[in-house]
Amino acid sequence: MSVIEATDVTFAYGHRPVVDGVSLSVDEGAFLGLVGPNGSGKTTLLELLIGLRRPDSGSVTLFGDPAHESTHGERIGFVPQDVSASNGEMPTTVREAVRMGRYPRRLLGRFTEDDRQAIDSALVRVGIADLADRRVGRLSGGQRQRVFIARALAAEADLLALDEPTVGVDAESREAFYDLLCELNADGITVVLIEHDIGVVTTHASEIACLNRELYFHGDPGAFVETDALADAYGGSQSVVQHHH
Amino acid sequence: MAFLPATEPLVVFVSVLVGTVDRLVGVVLDDLWGTSMDALSALTGIDMLGSPFMQRAYLAAVCIALIGPLVGSFLVHREMAMIGDTLAHSAFAGVAAGLFVNAAFAVTVPPLLTALIVAGVAALLVQTLVDYAGAYRDTSLAIVLTGSFAVGSVLVTATDGGIAVGINAYLFGSLATVSRASAAILLAMSVFVTLGVTAAYRPLVYVTFDEIGARAAGLSVTRYNQLLAVLTAVVVVGAMQIMGVILVAGMLVIPVAAATTARGFKRSVVAAVAAAQFATITGVTMAYLFDVAAGGTIVLVAIAVYLAVTVAVRARRSVGQMRSNHRAPAPVSTDRGDDTD
Repeated sequence: MSVIEATDVTFAYGHRPVVDGVSLSVDEGAFLGLVGPNGSGKTTLLELLIGLRRPDSGSVTLFGDPAHESTHGERIGFVPQDVSASNGEMPTTVREAVRMGRYPRRLLGRFTEDDRQAIDSALVRVGIADLADRRVGRLSGGQRQRVFIARALAAEADLLALDEPTVGVDAESREAFYDLLCELNADGITVVLIEHDIGVVTTHASEIACLNRELYFHGDPGAFVETDALADAYGGSQSVVQHHH
Repeated sequence: MAFLPATEPLVVFVSVLVGTVDRLVGVVLDDLWGTSMDALSALTGIDMLGSPFMQRAYLAAVCIALIGPLVGSFLVHREMAMIGDTLAHSAFAGVAAGLFVNAAFAVTVPPLLTALIVAGVAALLVQTLVDYAGAYRDTSLAIVLTGSFAVGSVLVTATDGGIAVGINAYLFGSLATVSRASAAILLAMSVFVTLGVTAAYRPLVYVTFDEIGARAAGLSVTRYNQLLAVLTAVVVVGAMQIMGVILVAGMLVIPVAAATTARGFKRSVVAAVAAAQFATITGVTMAYLFDVAAGGTIVLVAIAVYLAVTVAVRARRSVGQMRSNHRAPAPVSTDRGDDTD
């Protein structure tokens, strides 16, 4: 069953199209790595896929409903770039941030035992239970990204959308972060990940979509490295980040 | 005369409503607040607490110090602090419009009501501008701020100077403007704001912490932004009488800034309200004793609290660092400790 189904999606800022005629489906349990050069429309496509934007033409369905009017908010866990995450000045603690995962389904009223359990087990699952009373703004980048994952787990999200989550995170924490992501994917959570490091994607993702305004490739990582899609999408530029792990 | 039977129940209803509100105000202001303040006055021997005038001023102080930081905590952490100032100036235009209408036509419109309407409309207007511009642009806020103040100043001077006298109290705030009716209105506004923030606390926190995440989770960010803007308008109009248009934004920002070192957002809100209570109660007392402007005194006390907290936190941090370095020169640490007391 597909979680996301995009059909001929086009989106423009003013007259400048950033996503053009993209058709893409993401199956339940998939780990999709979304790659492409800077300004290739990756973030916009991700926002279209989870319903933060409405396509100019074409359609996106999310869990079977039109994405932009989806009522499945609690099923989506969004992990932003660390730099764009909430300002560090707000004195929110880790536990408070993870509790937010329960808010969409409990806007009012007391938290039940289920809510508390979901929060506690999410904190344990991503390994930040000992940081629960620390302020989010005082954590390292890697720890902070785990808070957002924990928030998604507390929400019992079955789709994780991540926009270059490890920019500015040190190499060791990055590895641990992607290992965690793979474990969660193995548990059945669908992952859509924007990543500039193609090595990371080919190592961890089960499928790759290569975008530069249009979709140049969508398939499994093994086939991706065999094709010219990468060079085509990046216009033969030499600045492609590619590490082999 | 087919409408008579229909209007009569309405008239009865309105008069019953007015009567009920009147009695409710009596119970809350006189029986509850007045009696307990009288008791406090008798207990402490402080005469000031026994006078109805000061009792109303203290009630206003407590209300302002509750709702200011309550709403301000969200504004400050969304970097929307300027919106308070902008709405205060549009409330001023509303006051001027009310006074102008009263002077020019033979009607009585409470200036607080026109202030509330104009500030509420300005709140939604600013929010629309912000949504359209895509960010809390200083420019759009500055235009609304100066524009409303311009409207206010034109209206004030358009009459024969009669209303210019009244306007001073709204500009700088005054304890004398807190009549029995306006104390009751402020109390009602405080209940409204507190209920509003309590009911929308979770989505407001989510939107403030991570707007995109909140949108992805299906929360209507626009609606909560509008709610926050309207609540801000209510706070500003309520606090304006004592604080004055020019200083009212201080109550939305300074206590919150003083509480940002708290561990946890909820704790920071409680700490901000506590800091604000200290500032307004001390400020009102000093304003009465030394016969100076209440708004200015309150803001100065609030800034003093902010500075004291900042110095104390710095000192504690550097003492902690020294201890962790196993080199704690005792004289230095006690010196800093004294500064913060």
